[in-house]
Amino acid sequence: MLKQTEGSRAVAETVAYCRPEVIAAYPISPQTHIVEELSRLVKAGVLKPCEYVNVESEFAAMSMCIGASATGARAYTATASQGLLYMVEALYNASGLGLPIVMTVANRAIGAPINIWNDHSDSMSQRDSGWIQLYARDNQEAADLHPQAFRLAEELSLPVMVCMDGFVLTHAWERIEVPEQTQVDAFLPAYEPRQVLDPADPVSIGAMVGPEAFTEVRYLAHAKQMQALEAIPRVAGEFRDVFGRSSGGLVHPYACEDAETIVVALGSVFGTVCDVVDEMRERGVRIGALAITSFRPFPLGAVRTALRKARQVVVLERALAVGIGGIVSSNVRTALSGIQLDGHTVVAGLGGRPITKESLHRLFDDAIAGELGQLTFLDLNTEVVERELARMARTRRSGPSAENILRDVGSNR
Amino acid sequence: MFQVRIHGRGGQGAVTAAELLSVAAFLEGRHAQAFPSFGSERTGAPVMAFCRIDDHPIRVREPVMRPDALVVQDATLLHQVNVFDGLRPDGSALINSPGTIEELGLVDLAASVPHAIALTVPATVLALRHFGRPVPNAVLLGGLAALTGCVRLDSLTAAIEERFPGQLGIANAEAAREAFAHVAAEREEYVRAEAD
Amino acid sequence: MSAVPQVKFYQVGSYAAGNRLLGSDAQSDQADPGRSNTITCGHRACQGCGEALGARYALDAAQRAAGGKVVAVNATGCLEVFSTPYPQTSWQLPWLHSLFGNAPAVAAGVAAALRAKGRTDVRVVGQGGDGGTVDIGLGCLSGMFERNDDVLYICYDNEAYMNTGVQRSGATPPTARTATTQAVGEEPGAPFGQGKNLPLIAMAHEIPYVATATVAGLRDLEAKVHRAMELRGARYVHVLVPCPLGWGTASHDTVRIARLAEQTGLFPVFEARDGEVTDVTPIRRRLPVEEYLRPQKRYAHLFEPEPRTDVIAHLQRTADRNIARFGLLAHEEASS
Repeated sequence: MLKQTEGSRAVAETVAYCRPEVIAAYPISPQTHIVEELSRLVKAGVLKPCEYVNVESEFAAMSMCIGASATGARAYTATASQGLLYMVEALYNASGLGLPIVMTVANRAIGAPINIWNDHSDSMSQRDSGWIQLYARDNQEAADLHPQAFRLAEELSLPVMVCMDGFVLTHAWERIEVPEQTQVDAFLPAYEPRQVLDPADPVSIGAMVGPEAFTEVRYLAHAKQMQALEAIPRVAGEFRDVFGRSSGGLVHPYACEDAETIVVALGSVFGTVCDVVDEMRERGVRIGALAITSFRPFPLGAVRTALRKARQVVVLERALAVGIGGIVSSNVRTALSGIQLDGHTVVAGLGGRPITKESLHRLFDDAIAGELGQLTFLDLNTEVVERELARMARTRRSGPSAENILRDVGSNR
Repeated sequence: MFQVRIHGRGGQGAVTAAELLSVAAFLEGRHAQAFPSFGSERTGAPVMAFCRIDDHPIRVREPVMRPDALVVQDATLLHQVNVFDGLRPDGSALINSPGTIEELGLVDLAASVPHAIALTVPATVLALRHFGRPVPNAVLLGGLAALTGCVRLDSLTAAIEERFPGQLGIANAEAAREAFAHVAAEREEYVRAEAD
Repeated sequence: MSAVPQVKFYQVGSYAAGNRLLGSDAQSDQADPGRSNTITCGHRACQGCGEALGARYALDAAQRAAGGKVVAVNATGCLEVFSTPYPQTSWQLPWLHSLFGNAPAVAAGVAAALRAKGRTDVRVVGQGGDGGTVDIGLGCLSGMFERNDDVLYICYDNEAYMNTGVQRSGATPPTARTATTQAVGEEPGAPFGQGKNLPLIAMAHEIPYVATATVAGLRDLEAKVHRAMELRGARYVHVLVPCPLGWGTASHDTVRIARLAEQTGLFPVFEARDGEVTDVTPIRRRLPVEEYLRPQKRYAHLFEPEPRTDVIAHLQRTADRNIARFGLLAHEEASS
């Protein structure tokens, strides 16, 4: 049904239509509206049979999903930021055991310093956990990716993380065609586990595996993600057949066919980038944009195909690999191996700093003028940073850097 | 695209106002996007909420930097936050106050934005009268509709009644209607005065 | 169960001579050739492992009570490691090992799934050692307790992180030597004034059933598991299981050492319902703590190079306090 509604609300409603049997919930900004709405749906008897459990930590939330999924129940949870980190041990456990859990990550920065606003540090930090990672460009896609996630997870026996920008998408109201129960039922069959704890047919799950077999078991995880490269577009195609619209898939190129400069981005910033691309095209600039929807598995082939004819690639990332630079850009570089082109990493929007059209215009103009370095921090206040570095060089007891910087930028709110 | 920025304090329903506005636009078959500037949740802290309305899908996600219209739910913000920042030259501002723009000491500030119209409406007074609570958010939207025409009054009242249950919704809608009439009259007078 | 598996008989319990004279319902579950044999032979536990013994009794009892429909969730630890040496498993029931600190949460997840599927006939047992239960798993355990999730959690307490090489846990008793509370310095061994009493913590959550047991009272352990399985909601059984390696005891002394722990008063054996003690096992023949401490090398520093009578007296006071607190000598003079 077409609605004007909050992103979180649309996601919760859609997840409910996926008929999860166990939902483990621990609140963390900015995911709270999702778990709150799901709790209401279960308590009011709208979503049943479903056990909604208020757990004591995110570690417990993922652990509960592990137990539930191993028992053959469709299991779901949601988290962000610190919560995702708190459950890391369980994340690896879930993917290692091949349990098809689906989790929404409301992308948020990781502290210290503590920050509740949007960037991709959280999910990026878990890119090697073995989970499939899908990034939504808008709230329509955020909702749509959930039935696709359950389909993929259960088909491949791998857990799936649906990433949506915290606050920017979770708390935004927009026009969404929220899926109907009948559509989801037509698209997502009942969960048929590959392995299940059943007294009628006992199995032991979770044994220790030594050097003689560990490599093979881990290789299987990689092989399954390679299968996902084929499954993701196929499932997106089936989604289109049932729901009548495009959502999901591996990548989404925009105005790339004849582009000399292509901007690569994940998540909601892609929309802003596309607006800038259109404005620059009006000036005759041959620029395009590429959204990566599936970050894991990383679609090396699709990215290579989209970017190979460009002269310049600007990767806009909302996360940072401290000590080296870009995360997405190094993955993109792998896709372009052997191809000569001008590549740039731009770290932007950390901790919720808005990425504005104005800044993007300046940035892309710089890139085209050949004035963009290899690694750029968009809108960085270099003066403030230099002042703090000087302070640190001058005196040993220079104080907490974050507090010094806040005082400098006059954040007395 | 029409862009609105709503200024308020935590607890006054600024975020809800942006959402209601977006629903009103939706009911007219248009695209709308509403979102808050996200701060820690604390009653009384200054907050902003944004709404974009367009006939085409809205892709941009940046905060509203150059609003076409401003709504100020709490006049105490006026000399604390630069509410007029970025207001388009031909934009509008609606301030919740029983006083006039002159009485609020805003004449110079408003004049600094050429061709902008700044008006007041006693939204809290109306709210108290209609439903006994000093929550002016929906009421102010009625005034905004009259000031800018960004949504129709009937779409707005439909959105309000859908959001607030029963009598509260009806009373809010009534108050919004009264605010609409008040601002429509004020605007007419202003336009006439400007023409002279 | 349809087919009767070929299982070994074990001589068990202090009534071994009397088993065949008892009615079948008064006999140990282990006396039944039709028992589940949930953790079958071939596992890699040390000779004399108290945990293997306790787990066998507890799980077979749970299976019997549940008509063979039990799912077990195991924390990382000795039991998990010695029972599942890849590619083999000793477990003859559906069994899941996830992580070290999450067994109670995983078990709660299994229970939630079963409830969602309307399978209330299938019961859930969560189990782990003291490390996984008392320390790293405590957050999850407390959550399971306060939600009253329908799980029977069994803690096999050998009073240290044994699987990783005998390091101190929150269940390590004062003065015990471990690799991280070594018998050196002015206060050798684990310090006084630390440690958690998990049974009391469980009782503070006012869950339907809490009990302590030892492998010296195997029939008692069975009975307690049966009693726990008659109830629904969060239930907790804490079993003292001596570890010959970690405690420095002879492998044939496991049951005897457990009995000494009970009879000195250092390990009270009791049952509690909804936060109140309802039954205690009285000490039949009270012994001074020294009798318990001497056979264990982890307490050797209390006797060599010279006896630490002051420290032993302190431990004695702990035992006396337990006896008074739980009324373990209700039928005798407390000061005998």
